[in-house]
Amino acid sequence: MEFSEHIKTANVEDVVLRQPLHPPGRGTLCITGHHLLFSDREEGSCRQVLLLLRNIDAIEKSVENLLTCSGLFSNAGLSQRLSGSSGTITIKCKDLRVLQLDIPGMEECLNIARSIETLSCLDSMLELYPFFYRPSNASLRDQWGLSSLERHYSQMKELHDRWRLSTVNRDFSVCPSYPQAVIVPKSTDDDMLEKVAKFRQGGRFPVLCYYHKKNGMVIMRSSQPLTGANRKRCTEDEQLLQAVIDGSDKGYIIDTRSSQQALQARMTGGGLESKSCYSSWKRLQRQMERGKALQESLIKLVEACGEESNNMDRWLSKLENSKWLSHVQTALSTAGLLAECVERDGHSVLVHGSEGTDSTLLISTLAQLIMDPSCRTLEGFLTLLEREWVQAGHPFQQRCAHSAHSHARLQQESPVFLLLLDCVWQLWRQFPLALGFSEALLLRLATEAYASDYGTFLGNNQQERCALGVKENTHCLFQALLRPRERDCYSNPLYENTELAIWPSVHPQSLQLWRGFFLRWTPQTHHLEEVQEEIRNMVIEWGKLALSSPVST
Amino acid sequence: MEHIRLPKVDNVRLLDRISLRRSRVGTLYLTATHTIFVENEAGVRNETWVLHSLVCSSEKQAATASGCSLLIHCKNFQVLNFVIPRERECHDVHLSLQRLSQPERPDELYCFSYKPNIDAEERRQEWDFLDLRADYRRMGLPNSLWKLSSVNQHYKVSDTYPADLFVPESATPPVIVGSSKFRSRGRFPTLSYYSKENHAAICRSSQPLSGFSARCLEDEQMLEAILRSNPRSDFMYVVDTRPKLNAIANRAAGKGYENEDNYSNIKFQFIGIENIHVMRNSQQKMMEVCELRSPSMSNFLEGLESSGWLKHIKAVLDAGIFISKAVAEEGVSVLVHCSDGWDRTAQVCSVACVLLDPHYRTLRGLMVLIEKDWISFGHKFSHRCNHLQGDPKEVSPVIDQFLECVWQLMEQFPCAFEFNARFLITIHSHIYSCQYGNFIGNNQRERTELGLREKTHSLWSYLWMNRADYINPLYRPDHSQTQGLLRPSTAPYCFKFWRALYNRFDRGMHPRQSVEDYLSAIQEETQQLEEQLASHKQKIAQLEQEQEWRVPQKAVPFDKSPTGWTFCNDLANTPQDYTGGFFTSSPCQPRAPITLQTEESNKTYESILSNGSDQESGIADVSCRSPLSEDSTRDPDSDEAAYSAS
Repeated sequence: MEFSEHIKTANVEDVVLRQPLHPPGRGTLCITGHHLLFSDREEGSCRQVLLLLRNIDAIEKSVENLLTCSGLFSNAGLSQRLSGSSGTITIKCKDLRVLQLDIPGMEECLNIARSIETLSCLDSMLELYPFFYRPSNASLRDQWGLSSLERHYSQMKELHDRWRLSTVNRDFSVCPSYPQAVIVPKSTDDDMLEKVAKFRQGGRFPVLCYYHKKNGMVIMRSSQPLTGANRKRCTEDEQLLQAVIDGSDKGYIIDTRSSQQALQARMTGGGLESKSCYSSWKRLQRQMERGKALQESLIKLVEACGEESNNMDRWLSKLENSKWLSHVQTALSTAGLLAECVERDGHSVLVHGSEGTDSTLLISTLAQLIMDPSCRTLEGFLTLLEREWVQAGHPFQQRCAHSAHSHARLQQESPVFLLLLDCVWQLWRQFPLALGFSEALLLRLATEAYASDYGTFLGNNQQERCALGVKENTHCLFQALLRPRERDCYSNPLYENTELAIWPSVHPQSLQLWRGFFLRWTPQTHHLEEVQEEIRNMVIEWGKLALSSPVST
Repeated sequence: MEHIRLPKVDNVRLLDRISLRRSRVGTLYLTATHTIFVENEAGVRNETWVLHSLVCSSEKQAATASGCSLLIHCKNFQVLNFVIPRERECHDVHLSLQRLSQPERPDELYCFSYKPNIDAEERRQEWDFLDLRADYRRMGLPNSLWKLSSVNQHYKVSDTYPADLFVPESATPPVIVGSSKFRSRGRFPTLSYYSKENHAAICRSSQPLSGFSARCLEDEQMLEAILRSNPRSDFMYVVDTRPKLNAIANRAAGKGYENEDNYSNIKFQFIGIENIHVMRNSQQKMMEVCELRSPSMSNFLEGLESSGWLKHIKAVLDAGIFISKAVAEEGVSVLVHCSDGWDRTAQVCSVACVLLDPHYRTLRGLMVLIEKDWISFGHKFSHRCNHLQGDPKEVSPVIDQFLECVWQLMEQFPCAFEFNARFLITIHSHIYSCQYGNFIGNNQRERTELGLREKTHSLWSYLWMNRADYINPLYRPDHSQTQGLLRPSTAPYCFKFWRALYNRFDRGMHPRQSVEDYLSAIQEETQQLEEQLASHKQKIAQLEQEQEWRVPQKAVPFDKSPTGWTFCNDLANTPQDYTGGFFTSSPCQPRAPITLQTEESNKTYESILSNGSDQESGIADVSCRSPLSEDSTRDPDSDEAAYSAS
């Protein structure tokens, strides 16, 4: 298809761009199928701003037919101004940046606005930029992705006794949102798995997601059982779970819904594992907010952060009212509970909510970061995200279609992944030496999940990605983040491996607003970035000396 | 000694504030200066020392079957909850503590009995460590515009002012005395800070006794003289830091504020900082929130909002910014006052100084600033900090707010301050501990009468000797953040809750690893390596000069110094209370060792703890082992040590 049919005006001269942290600039604005390009024409500067249209969450336009003397460029362009109409487009990005374009000419302004509106939310995934992005330093034949479940399994020798790799889902027919290979107890054959899949929402039967080497306990995840109102049973499901805790006295099920929610789910065909049928499993209900409520929480928080008010009471009450930090607290403490069950109490745990694609992944990921040092390196963390979010079928396309500024009616949007990154940031704050990656990485991921040059977060699951040929036709973000230059920027200079679990504090006093993300475009945050730079330099300086200097005798 | 009704109680339980399930059993001792709790579990000897002068309140609660509970709140925000088996014993401890923590006479204060091993000559040097005149010299004073006045020698004009004061060159003694009669407590306008770059000055005073219509020619002349001392400016600001309503109410009592019509070329400005009573209640409310056992995020944020604390901090900082901008950007002098000119005025002037002058953002500079704007100008430490038994309505956390403002600035400009937060917290602690003479009394006159210089020690030299602990490794005198006037944002979201102070003793809440300590360690090491490198180079040069064959040096792989890496081991970390008591019955203890650190890492944790505990417990005596360090060394379940506030 042709993007050009959506572009009536491709170039506008004499546009003024206002963006945070920079003085306003005057220059040329171009719009292409995927980008907004602004080149500064001011004397002595040749600044360019390239904005992925997909990054635009919402725009507001206002046009004026009257003479407006901005006063900002009183010496320049007075004649153009006099000639009449102009318009302003305010662009609100998914990375929370807000830009403003003053465009001479009403028609040009409306044309640009219309192009942005259409091109920023193209429906067809094949039209998205990742399929067109061809950087010079990478080839489409480069390795795609960091690992696969097959490789993960073959590396984990200790699994091989009791666990096997099943390819029952090789054509995605058993569970459309699972990858082709999954790890399950050795004693369950593929026939059983197919039956269990029918008993779990979306076919998401219990699979292994983490094996705790210190005591052999595991974390399993799934979706809710489809017991329904008449409390159906599935012997295969019960057998599968029994096989998980073979040799142990019990296991825990962490259900990310309240008891009431779980019971209510029966009315719509869902349900929970009853005590009578799963006698060796102890259920823990921990309600976590999901879906729309989470999206609304994000919208409220971003709104509070964008407000120019000088009133402390108002700010604190809006911060409280958004409930975002409460969600952070709940996520971290549920993950803490999960890790505690495995590491300290020494039992295996099954995690699920209803669909098993959101809060389930959130807490299983956090628990792994808490317990497993190998997840805390830059590579380890990206591999964890690839396994637990991309391959495990977090529906990125649906969840990250819009962010906090959008006026579009909410559908499946929910900032679960952003909540994960916020929780990881909290961990990073509390254990600044224990994680091998930097805040910059978390910020980059927060941006990429919503709008990206890369194919990694395209689609909702592996099946969709296969159908689109993501692997063949796009580049992989995770690979790109590990190239030497990026690696320097995204690794934590203070990192030192520790084998210990890192238990986060979940007291309200210990949790903070993630200023680096939510207030990213304020000068204060810029000061803090300078500090990170300073720290990096100190460590480099020290490292150089330490390496070059022989110990004096 | 006569106040100790019961020197020792056995079988006392010390409850953990966060999770009541954890408690320790031991013996409680009352000494002349400290309450000491010694844990007596087998093989363990944990000690918790609490200085009597830090005790803010002790509450005896109703007796229950398990004993009688005694809740002790300290001025450094430590909270201890003891359960004493018999009510009578609890009662005796309670009464003893009440008396011991509230001395009636100044000579009962701890600073008079605190005797570190320092001889008289060294003590004299301690007190000479800071010299205010040197700071005025640094500002370029005296000069042709400002002179040192001897008018307040022997505290004749204002008994709450210091003896040495700087006044405009043109202000004659009759003008000063006349002006002082027109000001509350005789606190006439005098210099607090002078900017030698542009001659603008910050002056301070108390409110004028203007009532509804009174005037005073000398006071008007005094302001005129201040204005004339800034030759480039044709007006000056008069900043009343009170809310307008309060100032108006004062007029009915014959006090009030300057009438712009009577003073030539002044611009009058109200800045609504609330009074000491509002601030006291606000902090109290905030502390109630901090002490909630397991608050939800909403509980906490709502409580923080309704306490109003951060709003007040913001008001003080806003006022400081106004003044610093007037001085640095407009080049206009400012006269600041509130009612008596020793609370809000001190806050605002000192905050403005921190913003204006990089010197006050250094270790020594902050000490000088506190000495100048707080101690010498007569902030009533004794009353505000309740050092002696007195009127509870006089107590107010005015200095806490100043320290917090500095902390908030440090959070915004991490490279601009030479000192770290530990420095502020240590100062805070000693303002209340009465261990040093600096903060005793309400003004210079009282301090001279008490003979503090002769009988007590000075905190400033103690801090200076231990300055390595208080250096901010990120401080860069040449960093762009550091230069000249600081321009902080006061958007509400820039203000944070100061956990490290208000929840200081809840160790479980704090980050388990410290970037700052890590950086300090590598900074020190970098320096050593640089020195080594330099000396090697020198040697090589020497050898080459002597035209000898260079002996091939075998490169020894660099041995990572333990100092840089200790922090990675001392996570001393346990799961928090994620379960809500769910695991109490499950056998999780036997598995605990999985997360426990090695014996070695325990030691590193100890060294960190003992640093802090020295100051908390007031034991700086070399011969005396640091009480809290015991706590962590021999505690087999070091998790507990990390989490429970001892």
